[in-house]
Amino acid sequence: MSTSWPLWEVFVRGKRGLNHVHVGSLHAPDAEMALRNARDVYTRRNEGVSIWVVPATEITASSPDEKDPFFAPAGDKVYRHPTFYAIPEDVPHL
Amino acid sequence: MADDLELRFERTVQSESRIEPRDWMPDGYRKTLIRQIAQHAHSEIIGMQPEGNWISRAPSLRRKAILLAKVQDEAGHGLYLYSATETLGADREDLTTKLIEGRQKYSSIFNYPTLTFADVGVIGWLVDGAAICNQVPLCRTSYGPYARAMIRICKEESFHQRQGYELLMTMMSGTQQQRDMVQDSVNRWWWPALMMFGPPDAESTNTEQSMAWRIKRDTNDELRQKFVNMSMPQAEALGVTFPDPDIRWNSERGQYDFGQPDWDEFWQVVKGGGVCNEQRIAHRRKAHEDGAWVREAAAAHAAKHVREEGAA
Ligand SMILES: [Fe+2]
Ligand SMILES: [Fe+2]
Repeated sequence: MSTSWPLWEVFVRGKRGLNHVHVGSLHAPDAEMALRNARDVYTRRNEGVSIWVVPATEITASSPDEKDPFFAPAGDKVYRHPTFYAIPEDVPHL
Repeated sequence: MADDLELRFERTVQSESRIEPRDWMPDGYRKTLIRQIAQHAHSEIIGMQPEGNWISRAPSLRRKAILLAKVQDEAGHGLYLYSATETLGADREDLTTKLIEGRQKYSSIFNYPTLTFADVGVIGWLVDGAAICNQVPLCRTSYGPYARAMIRICKEESFHQRQGYELLMTMMSGTQQQRDMVQDSVNRWWWPALMMFGPPDAESTNTEQSMAWRIKRDTNDELRQKFVNMSMPQAEALGVTFPDPDIRWNSERGQYDFGQPDWDEFWQVVKGGGVCNEQRIAHRRKAHEDGAWVREAAAAHAAKHVREEGAA
């Protein structure tokens, strides 16, 4: 029987107001131990206020090789960006 | 199609962009990276031993706490790097096996013994210092996960070097015996530290391809020169000398001239003939084997919980 522990991907929220960001991976027998190990490996210097661990096998990813077709829909929707809209300069706070 | 992929790879590398795990990459690139990153990870892990040797005998609680934190960092560095190899398809268990069976190498510097507490300071100053010289350019290496691991590591290394230098400054302001101890330690570590940059460029077989792939950013000799230039003023400020009669400022080159390490000794240690090679591997193997029951118990515990949840 293989006793090697599964791989977990680790995401850390650097401080309140920021997203969790992927920082690396580690091996652990279960989620609880993965969290503990993540704290010791990736936040020895207060690098985070919150940690997520996700089994690496549970992550579905788009491949960078498919980058162009996959992300293309965002390319022609300039109206998603605030600069698409002309606002008179004397209107404040917009 | 294959040409297309290769072209895209080349362009990504040439444009200083990063190669990421799911990108297509040449086999040789992948193999070179796995070998280099694994060797680097092994060095961090084995590198805990020479200094770990002094934790229980540190002269004060302050020094003990600092040394513990440093050695723990080195474990962390090893783990960041093993994590990077896994993005290339390597298996961690397999890498550990290769290390303890002597099929993969680690930096030869860790095959030298730590004879006095001054060695803790000199390792921080010179060995971590040389590692920093090697590692800073690797923050721009072409493989994304490796570059990111190096950025984390470099941030932490600066503490390592500074605690070592501070320790030495303290000893240098002590008794004559303590000052002699520091000089003796510098004499023993200087040449092995210079060897950390690898053989001279003319004899380095991997450099050219690694530079083309932008895995490596500077040649061994360039980095060695940089390290000597940085270390000389630090030695003067500390009040120690390096055991090299040829070391002197060359105003024409704007750099220090210096002598060559004993490369026969280097190859001998690489091939297993160093003072501590056997001890380091035996210790690593024992730690791995002694930990087997913990790994098995934790895995069994996790499996049992999965079953119970399934039943509930
Ligand atoms: Fe390190
Ligand atoms: Fe270090």
